[in-house]
Amino acid sequence: MTAPLDAAPVRATTGSPGTRVWGGLTLAGFALLLAFAFLWSPADILQQDAVRLMYVHVPTAIVAFTACFITTVASAMWLRRKTEGWWVLGAASAEVAVVFTAVCLITGSIWGRITWGTYWDWDPRITSTTLLFILLIGYLSLRRIDSEAGDSAQRGARSAIVGLLLFPNVVIVHFSVDWWRSLHQSATITRLDPTIEGTMLFTLMLGIVVFSMLFAWLLVHRFRLGWIEERVGATGLDDAIEERRAEAGVPAAGATL
Amino acid sequence: MFRDAVLMAGKDLRIEWRSRVTTQQIAPFALLVILLFGMALDPDRGILARASSGLFWVAVLFCSLLAIQRAFTIEAADGGRDALRLSGLDPAGVFLGKAAAIAVQLVALEVVLAIGVVIIYGAEVTGFPLLIATCLAATAGLAASGTLYGVLAAGLRVRETLLPILLLPVLAPVLIGATRSFEAALGGVAADGWPWCGLLVTFALLYLTFGTLAFGTLLEES
Repeated sequence: MTAPLDAAPVRATTGSPGTRVWGGLTLAGFALLLAFAFLWSPADILQQDAVRLMYVHVPTAIVAFTACFITTVASAMWLRRKTEGWWVLGAASAEVAVVFTAVCLITGSIWGRITWGTYWDWDPRITSTTLLFILLIGYLSLRRIDSEAGDSAQRGARSAIVGLLLFPNVVIVHFSVDWWRSLHQSATITRLDPTIEGTMLFTLMLGIVVFSMLFAWLLVHRFRLGWIEERVGATGLDDAIEERRAEAGVPAAGATL
Repeated sequence: MFRDAVLMAGKDLRIEWRSRVTTQQIAPFALLVILLFGMALDPDRGILARASSGLFWVAVLFCSLLAIQRAFTIEAADGGRDALRLSGLDPAGVFLGKAAAIAVQLVALEVVLAIGVVIIYGAEVTGFPLLIATCLAATAGLAASGTLYGVLAAGLRVRETLLPILLLPVLAPVLIGATRSFEAALGGVAADGWPWCGLLVTFALLYLTFGTLAFGTLLEES
């Protein structure tokens, strides 16, 4: 069990000075966003206070779709280069994407209840985002199987192919659902007014920036965790044997047997 | 490539013909599904006739899952996959052949289901050319994407449960397109259905192309 991997000692933490500063900035950003979202931005004339959900809903949607795109790019790069970093990045991004997609769906649903009077509507965006959520879960369950297969040399290309198809599938699904619903859509539903301005627009932009910062922070940590996990796979058994030897008071490797 | 595809499709169809799994298990299951829909919904013929195109395609999707799993189970026994790799057949040919064999079985199932839907649900066919074009395009898409995702899940312990969650969301456009197109062919205006048929053709072409390119990599590792 002497893989070249365990030569370098691995830091057993995902934090670093850089991420701590970044995390602090993100927290400060959230404080500012909360102040803007709840205090300094006005309620909408039509939607009243429900409009404040938009400052979470829209940024999470943007981040979720960006994260999917990153997974697709990482999968393509892994298929090309077969380097560990791309492998870990694909999973890290998809995991964060699942969380953001869920938040996006939940906030959208609450907003829909208040504004449209229904938790669910066959809106193209809701439908395709829900399908995206399921696609991501499918991808992650396949990933888990592939990760259990061992180190990068033994891994199949399966989850990378599914990851590669993730974003194109979202596009095809969205296009078809959009086309389908545009034929039936009743015009009575009040849409988000696209011409928002002033403080509301600023708050929305701030939300996008802050949630992107959070995404970057989560992605970096998840990436580092994945990286450490890869190392644990290679060194874990050796370490465990050493530990057991130490416990039993047996001299270190090689002395017995 | 095409010679290999024909060989592969011939082999799969011969196995199916001899084992009778499609005719004795999957086709009866398809009929059962449309009967179950009839029981679950109001047996009022009006509702069933209106929903018949959607129910038809949902039944086809379920059956295609069975047919796809079956297509890769037959390779799993007796080291079939290793033999396939040793055979020196072009992976693209293997992909097209497997997809063609699945497509032939699905078309047969669709004929059975269509007869069932017409008789049991009382659906009326008004646009035959559109109906047939839709069936062919949707089947090509189902078979191509199914073969691609089928080989992904093949050889895994959890394949029976994994394939549906991977494949069904991907097939959402096929279900939407085929259902809308069928609605036009069953009592609607046929001209409304042709753009949907175009969507199905696009989907099929995308997956046929991607499968032809990627199947080699996947076959190595399945």
